[in-house]
Amino acid sequence: MSALSASAAPPAAAARSRAAERLHAALRSPTLISGAAILGFWILCALLGSRITPLDPYADDLLATLAPPSAAHWFGTDQLGRDIFSRVIVGARDILIVAPLATLLGTVLGTALGLAIGYVRGALDDTVSRVIEALQALPLVIVALMALAAVGTSNVTVVLVIGFVFTPLIARTVRSAVLIESELDYVAAARLRGDGTLAVMFIEILPNVLPIAVVEMTVRLGYAIFFVASLSFLGFGIQPPSADWGIAIAENYSLIGSYWWTVLFDAAATASLVVGVNLVADGLESVFET
Amino acid sequence: MSSARTHGGELERGGAADHALRIEHLEVAFRIGRRERRVLSDLSLAIRRGESYGLVGESGCGKSTVALAATRYLARNGRVSGGRILVDGQDLLSLAPRELRRLRARSVAMVYQDPGRALNPSMRIGRQMAEVFEVAAGLGGRAALERAAEMLARVQIASPERVLHNYPHELSGGMQQRVVIAMALSMNPALLILDEPTTGLDATVEAEVLELIARLHAELGNSILFIGHNLPVVARVCDRVGVLYAGELVEEGPAASVFADPRHPYTVGLLRCIPGYGTSKNQGRLETIPGFLPSPGSSGGQCVFAERCANATGRCRSEAPPPVDLGGRLSRCFYPERAPALPRQGATPEESRAPPVPRGGAQAAQGGGPAAPYAVSDGAAPPILRTRNLSKTYRVSGKPLQAVKGVSLDLWAGETLGLVGESGSGKSSLAKLLLGLAAPDAGSEVELAGEPLPALADERGFEQLKSLQIVFQNPGSALNRSQTVRRLIGRALRLAGLFGRAREARLRELAASVRLTPRHLDEKPRQLSGGLKQRVGIARAFAGGPRVVVCDEPTSALDVSVQSAILNLLVDLQAQQGVSYLFISHDLNVVHYVSDRIAVLYLGRLLEIGPAQAVFAGPHHPYTAALLSANPGLENRGRRRIRLSGELPSALNLPSGCVFHTRCPRKLGSICEREEPPLAPAGARHAIRCHIPAAELGAARPAAAPPQDAPAPGG
Repeated sequence: MSALSASAAPPAAAARSRAAERLHAALRSPTLISGAAILGFWILCALLGSRITPLDPYADDLLATLAPPSAAHWFGTDQLGRDIFSRVIVGARDILIVAPLATLLGTVLGTALGLAIGYVRGALDDTVSRVIEALQALPLVIVALMALAAVGTSNVTVVLVIGFVFTPLIARTVRSAVLIESELDYVAAARLRGDGTLAVMFIEILPNVLPIAVVEMTVRLGYAIFFVASLSFLGFGIQPPSADWGIAIAENYSLIGSYWWTVLFDAAATASLVVGVNLVADGLESVFET
Repeated sequence: MSSARTHGGELERGGAADHALRIEHLEVAFRIGRRERRVLSDLSLAIRRGESYGLVGESGCGKSTVALAATRYLARNGRVSGGRILVDGQDLLSLAPRELRRLRARSVAMVYQDPGRALNPSMRIGRQMAEVFEVAAGLGGRAALERAAEMLARVQIASPERVLHNYPHELSGGMQQRVVIAMALSMNPALLILDEPTTGLDATVEAEVLELIARLHAELGNSILFIGHNLPVVARVCDRVGVLYAGELVEEGPAASVFADPRHPYTVGLLRCIPGYGTSKNQGRLETIPGFLPSPGSSGGQCVFAERCANATGRCRSEAPPPVDLGGRLSRCFYPERAPALPRQGATPEESRAPPVPRGGAQAAQGGGPAAPYAVSDGAAPPILRTRNLSKTYRVSGKPLQAVKGVSLDLWAGETLGLVGESGSGKSSLAKLLLGLAAPDAGSEVELAGEPLPALADERGFEQLKSLQIVFQNPGSALNRSQTVRRLIGRALRLAGLFGRAREARLRELAASVRLTPRHLDEKPRQLSGGLKQRVGIARAFAGGPRVVVCDEPTSALDVSVQSAILNLLVDLQAQQGVSYLFISHDLNVVHYVSDRIAVLYLGRLLEIGPAQAVFAGPHHPYTAALLSANPGLENRGRRRIRLSGELPSALNLPSGCVFHTRCPRKLGSICEREEPPLAPAGARHAIRCHIPAAELGAARPAAAPPQDAPAPGG
């Protein structure tokens, strides 16, 4: 194998289009395709919302409360007689805004922190790394709950809190990649032409650790969806009147024995979204590895 | 696996049994993307029982693929698309999985390049070795361990019992490779495959391992397939050699005759690329092989070497030559008799593209005559770079590790100082100190053009930074893989204070001076071959108009044909710009070729320094003498090697007195253990750190014609 990889002697056009190669690999990866299909479906639901629902997701119908799935109500109705099918579709919106924003915030902060501690090293790295380890020993949902209880809950605070909670996790992953990059000679070459610390970190090293950060981000997105759903379930995440799935499960889980449809479809929606994101993450990882 | 030509196998078994390995018309293809690329075509070779066969070629020629195919370990995207492989008389491709396992356990053994990766890091050596006997020979624990100890003794490990209790990381690279060889030989395989077994080792260790392989071969009589890129090394071990180029065996024959009288232009070119023993840049340029290796399977219907061959005719480009029998040897060339007369390069396509380079008088200077461009100040002018008492002590879990101690060097403008030493000698640490990538100990002085240099690069001014640059060993690591060549060189041009159009113009000029074409500017490092990457690294180092360039093993990661082109380039740039080099290398012939003076480093101490000819001709420090005799050059064939006893001492626990006394073959006595000898004059500008007076050190290696079996000095 080594003989082959080293054989690219004529640097011809064959090697030119790595991006095209990757795209090609992505299009052939069944993992990535199926994940993207699931994710795409929910994004479509979030974008179009009530424009594609068969019924008004917010309209009560006190004559048809807790109706089982039927031709009129495919997924049945809830305690107020609202159409669950329509509410599941609309419920995708908030979580698909909050979770990605939180993940993006965590990735940006985490990448910056990881670059700093991984490149500068020394006392900064020792201190921050110990703090990160201490944070990781705590159950994250509890940390987030306490923070939200303190600052008050809204979509904005949920994004901020989850973003901050994810920062150290992503920082650790990026740091280990930066440690490897820092040892490479191109970093020494940059210092020898007088590049400053920030220039070395962001211009030289960052582009090379970015693929790792992107894969980490997609993995974290799966966790973030689960995280937001958990917080909503506990009443500290997305707030009513949103048709959010976590809220719906919280409102109805006591009825699960007799009226299973009030919980099942929201739970399945949450699960499918997490699975879809994780499939995309796995697919991306293998594409970047090639 | 596909092929099932068992019938033929049965018929020929009688003949095949004389061969440990017989490969007939082998074709191997790899699927890359959606295309199949043929990496081996029509490859036939046979290794008789007890014979050692060397397979030589540059990277990408398919050497390792042969080894992998011969053990059916091809990567998943590779397959044998034609031909047969008979190992120990058995048709490898038709074996059932069970039989294949048995064959691998008993008949074939393989030793890879990196012994560190062949050993399990979490298992003691004893356990790993005993496992071989337990699994393959069904021996019990006690008996298996005893056999393991026997094998270790056989590969000349002095204290087998101790090594059995060691973990792999506690052993040096040379020891690890011995252990791997012992394991490979433990079932007394019919065929031993060695895939570049000494490439990662130091010269003296390499010489020892090669000697061991040759001795074991003579003792045990296994057949050996020795794969290597270094022709002299292979010639030293093997009876017969085959030269592989672009997946074809282009020449084959007895080792001595192939090297003495090659009959394929590629072999001729390869041999000419290697700087010979004691050659110097003053005697002229190194030969190169112009052009590039064709990509696998791309040159159907013509000779694979035609594009790079100065002898090629129209016939070579329209017709693929078959192997021609030249009486006991083969050459895949239409004109084997013309190969020895392959035209020397003066105006090969690659070189003629290069800008004219003033090389005043270089060709005329034969041997001693001082060639003008390299004439070096005799000390009247101040040195450009000067170090006094340069030391570096690292701390390893509280204990001091002295990497460099008290090195005082002068480097004059326009000269090359070669720095020689084995790994752990402090060569790279010294380079880091000069460049300011590590801070030296207090009391060290570094001066650039008479001005003291701040310790760290971050504290140095632009002027100082651009005056002192480096060409790294590994071009893959030295270039940021996310940047284009234009950006890689362009960022370095900021040091020169150039922007906008002036920068672009200078960039093109610089690229042209290292013979990169404008097309390369928009490519990224992974699209470039190793040699082209190294050219980018050189362009970057020269961007600011440096006065001193540290070359840290700039060619050790490259193939020999590329090495010669890079060395030519470095020498040309020096002649044009009057830059000084500190040239670090473990290859003595390379160092001698480029250097005006040579310094020998051992455990951070300067043991010898002097003009290149004087260091090679003697008197020698005993360590230099050992290094010179370990040189795998053809010149050393038939000469006894000076053996260094023991292992390189740990820098954490340095020997007292002279650091070399623990391994010195000429140790005087207790004075060597008590007192560190001074660097004493041994001739004009030549100094040696030894208690033995220079007059008695003598020329351990007579520079005259090599006598057969000269007695080892002091032994």
